Amino acid sequence: MDKPITRAHRIACLFLLGLFLFNYPMLALFNVSQTVFGVPVMYAYLFAAWALVIALAAAVIEGRG
Amino acid sequence: MLEGWFIVASSFAYIGLLFAIAWYADRRALAGRSIIANPWVYSLSLAVYATAWTFYGSVGRAATDGVGFLPIYIGPTLLLLVGWFVLRKMIRIARLTRTTSLADFVSSRYGNSALLGGLVTVIAVVGILPYISLQLKAVSTSFQVLLQYPQIVMPPPAGSLQVMQDTAFYVALFMALFAIAFGTRQLDAAERHEGMVAAVAFESLVKLVAFIAVGVYVTFFMYAGPGDIFTRAAGRPDLDVLLAPFGGAAGGYASWAWLTVLSMLAFVFLPRQFQVAVIEVTDERHLKRAAWAFPLYVLAINVFVLPIAFGGLLRFPEGGVDADTFVLTLPMAMHNEGLALFVFIGGLSAATGMVIVETIALSTMACNNLVMPILLRVRIFRLTEQRDISSLLLDIRRAAIVAIVMGGYFYYLLAGEAYALVSIGLISFAAVAQFAPAVIGGLYWKGGTARGALTGLTAGFVVWFYTLMLPAFAKSDWLAVELLERGPWGIELLKPTQLFGLAGLDATTHAMLWSMIFNVGAYVLVSMLGSQRAGEHAQATLFVDVFRQTGEPGSRWRGATSSSALQALVGRFLGPARAAELFAAYAKNRGVERIDELEGDRDLVRFAELQLAGTIGAASARTMVATVAQEEPLEIEQVMTIIDEASQLLAYSHRLEEKQAELESATRDLQGANERLKELDRLKDDFISTVTHELRTPLTSIRAFSEILHDTPDLDAAERQRFLGLVIKESERLTRLINQVLDLAKLESGLAEWRSEELDLREVVADAVSATSALFKAKGVALETRLVPSPLVLGDRDRLMQVLLNLLSNAVKFCTPGSGKVIVRLAGDGSTVRVEVADNGVGISPEHQNVIFEKFRQVGDPMTEKPAGTGLGLAICRRIVGHLGGRMGVQSEVGRGSVFYFILPVAAPGERLAVHG
Repeated sequence: MDKPITRAHRIACLFLLGLFLFNYPMLALFNVSQTVFGVPVMYAYLFAAWALVIALAAAVIEGRG
Repeated sequence: MLEGWFIVASSFAYIGLLFAIAWYADRRALAGRSIIANPWVYSLSLAVYATAWTFYGSVGRAATDGVGFLPIYIGPTLLLLVGWFVLRKMIRIARLTRTTSLADFVSSRYGNSALLGGLVTVIAVVGILPYISLQLKAVSTSFQVLLQYPQIVMPPPAGSLQVMQDTAFYVALFMALFAIAFGTRQLDAAERHEGMVAAVAFESLVKLVAFIAVGVYVTFFMYAGPGDIFTRAAGRPDLDVLLAPFGGAAGGYASWAWLTVLSMLAFVFLPRQFQVAVIEVTDERHLKRAAWAFPLYVLAINVFVLPIAFGGLLRFPEGGVDADTFVLTLPMAMHNEGLALFVFIGGLSAATGMVIVETIALSTMACNNLVMPILLRVRIFRLTEQRDISSLLLDIRRAAIVAIVMGGYFYYLLAGEAYALVSIGLISFAAVAQFAPAVIGGLYWKGGTARGALTGLTAGFVVWFYTLMLPAFAKSDWLAVELLERGPWGIELLKPTQLFGLAGLDATTHAMLWSMIFNVGAYVLVSMLGSQRAGEHAQATLFVDVFRQTGEPGSRWRGATSSSALQALVGRFLGPARAAELFAAYAKNRGVERIDELEGDRDLVRFAELQLAGTIGAASARTMVATVAQEEPLEIEQVMTIIDEASQLLAYSHRLEEKQAELESATRDLQGANERLKELDRLKDDFISTVTHELRTPLTSIRAFSEILHDTPDLDAAERQRFLGLVIKESERLTRLINQVLDLAKLESGLAEWRSEELDLREVVADAVSATSALFKAKGVALETRLVPSPLVLGDRDRLMQVLLNLLSNAVKFCTPGSGKVIVRLAGDGSTVRVEVADNGVGISPEHQNVIFEKFRQVGDPMTEKPAGTGLGLAICRRIVGHLGGRMGVQSEVGRGSVFYFILPVAAPGERLAVHG
């Protein structure tokens, strides 16, 4: 298999994952007045999802495969 | 510490540091050791995206709607994931076409349309003015707030002071000076600014550190961590609503989604973003690192936005302090002077970075795509005749920078107070998003036309102006507010904020929706209804298929000119010395010693055009080069010629393939012939050794009997007579053998002489029978003939006689004396005549029936049986019959006798057998 192509595919999938995570209905699920460790659920979710996308991107791009 | 003079001095010290960094980076670039050719620096330079709006405005927005600021940063995160596909394509194209700005890029895509380049410039400048005013507002506000320390007082509203007393005016002035100093010191053919990029990357670091510093201070020193802040906020009913913002403070999910899309587009199409991401990039592979490093940067700079916003709301519960200033006022309220000053420098960093890059990008556009095309076309300026206009170019850019920054200042005066920072920025975002259909469409759809792009851009821009700019002016009392409330001429459906009755959306989403519908619709529709010029189509193909191309794009210049004319032309824009340098380098590259030996061919024209494109833009460069080189437009006939040539090539290659196939088959034939030759050679060797062996046998007998006769003189007469008979018999055999060998050699070499006549085979057979009748009688073998009258054949009588004699003598040889019987038959049908010689002798076993016709093959064991013939007779017979066009064969059964036959074709009337040899 041609590695750059599979990597490009993964990045494209990551883009779609991002679209999914940062849109309705995912946002609606976390739009509640509760907190985790004192942080509102919505804020915690947004930053965690964001960090996840960045970490995955770094792993795909900098990784060997 | 926070006296006015100290703040100003610190600011100038900081700006001085930036200049030092830029100067160092330029020096390194000249020395060929760039410090910006690095994916980390590239990622940091992209962070020019985070302006004073991010630095101050995010907190302001978070304080009113919770998470509404986040799409602005999530958008670029997502976009960079597809950046490897989209941005890399733009970078590749920009490199190939020497694009210097977004306007150049669009103009180049649509056949170097000067009109389109100008339109993009106008939209960009008008659209960016609010954004620049935002930076001025942020810097002047933060300066005035800081100046009031230790009190925390909001500055007077914009426009309430005289211009000469207004801080924002001086901020604008200094910003313009910085930009001029950074961006227009020299003309660079590639329009790249390494020093500027290095300074911007450094600024990005400073603003990040400053923001995180204040975030950590507020979160962990003023309060006991984020949990503490949010718990306190949850206790206040007015803040509680911000914790689950959707459906309430942050608006609907649709506006969140639109904001994400908007920021994705803005991240590419803001002139400064295009500048750092596409023009200034040193290596497209840096995009990979940036795809996660830049999102990490914006994540880091946003992590503390919410804690600071809530911290500010808790600290100043009674209002009166603008949330846009929380970043600055919180450290001030805690009397942390050093941090407050650092925050101010951070904000200054964010604002200057933005203004410098943005105005340089815009001034390049304004100069190359707006002013120059006009100046070059208006004859009274006689610009095409002046010797050196490189300094004029610099002056135009400097003037453009001042004009743009001042434009921003006037927008600030007009509308600066009507909106918070974020809303001002979004107006600009929506303006540059109008470029998306023309650019993205142009990258992936070859059918997009210049007219389509012009119409789409105009429609989108008009709708944007109507739905976003007009309301901004109206809110600043510059226009009547009735326009907003009742619509123009009282037509409700045309209300700028609720166009066609579309209500319930926030202003940005509303404007985006309508402008995109008009923009995309007009672009696609007009493109599909119209057609492209030939040159336009060439550019469209270049853009869409850029990854399939190698090397420089094909030139449409087919005219010729002189190298000196081209050099003079380039010299007028870049300066004569620089032009001489460039042409000398080009000549050296071409292996020519002197510049005037260069041919003014299309490569040189293309080279000159690229140099000019880097300075004055593609469209103007084309116009200028056209003044010295005649461009022949690509006519349909020429396209047909090119297609013809291509099809001829195709046909030629087909013919080549056929030739190759022929050659291959010829090679195969030759190889076969060679094999046969080798076989024949081997056969010849075998033949010679066999013949020699056969000759030696009778010779040995003759010699043996002769020696006996010679050595024994007293041999009795009868014995002597018997031996002499043997000698004679062996000599005859030897003679016969030699004759046959010679005969066979003649036959095989084709040297034998043939007569051709019409023969009645009955006569020939009868003669042969009578000639051998004595032999038959002597042996006691009966001979019978059954000859049916048959057609004539063509042949050589003597040769056929030879064949028949051979067959008859063979038959006698193998018959038992006394009881032997030989029958000769002759019969003919319409086309052939068949002659048979049947005996009732010993017969021939099937495995021998084929080999008896070969040379020297006799049936029987050669060791025990004395040979009864030479072994050449049948071989000669078969050859003779074959030569006459017939064939010879044998049917036999061991113990029951054999039937030798030959078949000859009937002579056609009047036909003569071809005489061979």
